[in-house]
Amino acid sequence: MSPTTLYSLCGAALVGIGLYGLLTDPRVLRKIIAFNLVGSGVFLLFGVVARRGADAGLSGDPVPQALVITGIVVAFSATALAVALLLRLHETGGGATLEAAAEGESTERPAS
Amino acid sequence: MLAAGPPAEGGWLVATILWPVIALLLVIAGGERFAARVGVLALPVGLAIAVVVALGVSGAGELGYHVGGWAPPLGIALRADGLSAAMLLVTAVVASGAGIYALADFGTPRVGSSGRTSLAFWASLLGAWAALNLAFLGNDLFNLYVALELLTFAAVPLVSLDGRAATLQAALRYLLYALVGSVLYLLGAVLLYGAYGTLDMGLLAEAARPEPATWAAAALMTAGLFAKTALFPLHLWLPPAHAGAPPAASAVLSALVVKGSFFIVLRLWFDALPGLATAAAMQFIGLLGAGAILYGSALALRQQRLKLLVAYSTVAQIGYLFLVFPLAFDAAAGRLVAGAALTGGLLQAVSHALAKAAMFMSAGLIAVAFGHDRIAELGGLARARPASLLAFALAGVSLVGLPPSGGFAAKWLLLSAAVSTGQWWWAAVIVTGGLLTGAYLVLVLMRALAEPAATAAPLRPVAAWREAAPLVLALLAVLMGLAGVLP
Repeated sequence: MSPTTLYSLCGAALVGIGLYGLLTDPRVLRKIIAFNLVGSGVFLLFGVVARRGADAGLSGDPVPQALVITGIVVAFSATALAVALLLRLHETGGGATLEAAAEGESTERPAS
Repeated sequence: MLAAGPPAEGGWLVATILWPVIALLLVIAGGERFAARVGVLALPVGLAIAVVVALGVSGAGELGYHVGGWAPPLGIALRADGLSAAMLLVTAVVASGAGIYALADFGTPRVGSSGRTSLAFWASLLGAWAALNLAFLGNDLFNLYVALELLTFAAVPLVSLDGRAATLQAALRYLLYALVGSVLYLLGAVLLYGAYGTLDMGLLAEAARPEPATWAAAALMTAGLFAKTALFPLHLWLPPAHAGAPPAASAVLSALVVKGSFFIVLRLWFDALPGLATAAAMQFIGLLGAGAILYGSALALRQQRLKLLVAYSTVAQIGYLFLVFPLAFDAAAGRLVAGAALTGGLLQAVSHALAKAAMFMSAGLIAVAFGHDRIAELGGLARARPASLLAFALAGVSLVGLPPSGGFAAKWLLLSAAVSTGQWWWAAVIVTGGLLTGAYLVLVLMRALAEPAATAAPLRPVAAWREAAPLVLALLAVLMGLAGVLP
């Protein structure tokens, strides 16, 4: 098995595990971690593509490497935003799951 | 391959994206005291830039710009065609309307109150505007990914501006849906890059072949974008998020933010992978759209609260957008063709943006006046606040699709495309959806026209100028159909 195949299989496995966690676990913190697993899997695939697409003179295709840096920054910001929201939710007494959200209450205005 | 437009006009495309970003930085630099003043001054400038770009597009047909002077595949191209120009314009109009409307809620903070909410609102509004403009102009799939993420990061704070547990939960659920959506989109993008070595839509259209890698990429990206657009059955995050936000924020979220990801679906299938469409896949997308129309309308009928009714109506109206795919599919050629169906879809996106923004704003004013938004207790509204109700009703005229509204023109084009391609079942869905929309709006109007209950509390005063923004937007939605009559 060539290294690129091995790495792409690892990437696919990470995506699969992460998606499973995102869909099945009700705890939001676990969901955020699962999202990061999916992200890592995708970034690994970017690395595989960079190596596979390398031209003769270069050790790797630079474009996917540039893309993956952007992707990591975006995933980091997304995680920070999600954790900040979760902390605020916990502070306001909303717990750390999304199950208690009742749709009927969501338009209750503070004034009424 | 796109031809680079004249540099001066291509430069306006950059200005479209950069101006809201500059204004956003000024808002943050100015701090809480000046947020509203800086924000509201930035709106007309952004609107003017959008008008310049639209005039340029109507003159030249298409504008292009290579960022930094680098042509694809190394560089990133921006491109504006008729679709982009229309969306840029309506985004500028709705953002301006929402900004003026928001001056009452998020204006200069009064002595003693914290202005952080005001700062967050204006920063998010301008951020969402910049991200939307990038989504409408981007010609590179990774660039569009960045636009999608920026849009999410600007939209999520809009949902939870008031900081209550219920809206924080709605925002968090929205963020999680959006993150799954964008990571699937990114996975599709890496597969496309691995297969063809480019993410430029013009180059991809030439290179892409119908093969398993392309199929997997298109399926992943489309599914991710569906989650962001809240297409049935991935709509669960939308009603609590859009109904719980402050009215000016709801207007932006419901009218514009969901259109950003829809626009990228259009670009992906019509421009990047036009040869990939098959009859079965397009019928499937249409089926989801039909599900959205029927399910969203049925749930809107059952809502007790006005803002939730309007939010479910968004779920339904999003469905019409996706009927474009089966209706624009040319079975003989085996590919999507830009024709009456695509124009109808664009008109639906634009007219729904205007109408839904007006509807959320007037629903917000009604909720302020009554202190609640329970539909059953809206008696006396017509006498007390006729302008709010008029804006709501005019917006409803466009949503139902009565002439001469933009909604009528959109649904007429979709209907005639359904008839001319012999797909009568989509015509049945469009007509049924219109009837259901009429039913839930008439229910609201009947309550509003009724006499107030004897025990009803007196209404709170609402400044009359706040009714201007929803009225103007609703009038634009109604009169938009007339624009189609003109050459």
